[in-house]
Amino acid sequence: MKNEEWKIWEVFVQSKSGEPHVHAGNVHAPDAELALQNARDVYSRRNEAVSIWVVPADQITATSPSDAGPFFDPANDKAYRHPQFYNVPKGVRGF
Amino acid sequence: MQKTIINIDEALYEYLLRLGDDNLILGHRLSEWCGHAPALEEDIALANIALDCIGQANAFLTLAVQTINNGRTEDDLAFFRNETEFKNLLLVEQPDTDFGYTIVRQFFYDVFVLHFYQELSKSRNEQLAGISAKAVKEITYHLRHSRQWILRLGGGTEESSTRIQNAVNDLWCFTDEIFFKNEIDDRLIEEGIAFDPRLIKHKWEELVEQTLSEAELKIPENVFMKSGGRYGRHTESLGHLLAEMQIVARSYPGAKW
Repeated sequence: MKNEEWKIWEVFVQSKSGEPHVHAGNVHAPDAELALQNARDVYSRRNEAVSIWVVPADQITATSPSDAGPFFDPANDKAYRHPQFYNVPKGVRGF
Repeated sequence: MQKTIINIDEALYEYLLRLGDDNLILGHRLSEWCGHAPALEEDIALANIALDCIGQANAFLTLAVQTINNGRTEDDLAFFRNETEFKNLLLVEQPDTDFGYTIVRQFFYDVFVLHFYQELSKSRNEQLAGISAKAVKEITYHLRHSRQWILRLGGGTEESSTRIQNAVNDLWCFTDEIFFKNEIDDRLIEEGIAFDPRLIKHKWEELVEQTLSEAELKIPENVFMKSGGRYGRHTESLGHLLAEMQIVARSYPGAKW
């Protein structure tokens, strides 16, 4: 098992039950079980996680930098998509 | 034969030295991989396991010095005892000949301590029970790690399977000593403090046999079993390990960070 044959796995860590899994980084591993173990060792050494997902990096479909314009710019001038015109009721905290 | 009465505190001290030394020596052995493991992720995994072992050693040795209050600290026990005063199993002091030896040594040990500490966590000595219960959680993960590697190296390439089989062959002679028991144990078992390791031998054998067979590895036959660690009679490797582990403390006694 040579190191360069190990796949890259993206690691998502949930810090509290009910919260989203957040991308933490990646690890090398030969298979899913060892990817989970490696992720636990690298990203949850100090009790940061209650749940971990690992995903083979090559299974992720991502936008490319050249897509950035057509994908994201059109939202710039559509201020009405942001809920900033509402008045927040007084009793609401942590909005 | 004259029957000697064994003082409970002295017996417990000796017993805690065994538990502490097993973890201290194994923890040091694992720490030797730091910066040398086959992959960054594995480097961190082995260092984590090493730290768990050293943490357990610290707890057992601290309890040992509290038990007899002889003016020594747990650090004195770790750094200022000589080879013959260490009571660890021969298995844990065996060198990291290659990654396979490290994994097999760890696997044989993990299977034992997982079951053994589960029993010790019911000890009538509350502190011993507490340390053991905490250790069980850590060891459950250690075993998962070592067992997965046995399966992968055994079922991997021809080279990985040859190497791990060599490690099994060479380390098998140290597996009988894991179940060592003498009058110290008997005295503490009588009091509900200790646990007879032989009562879990079948559990150890079952998981080891099942894992090795799943990994297509063979258990060597007609092996002459070695022991002596519990009496301070060690293999050559321990002296080298202690020299490295103790040199700073002995060169600068009382030094502080």
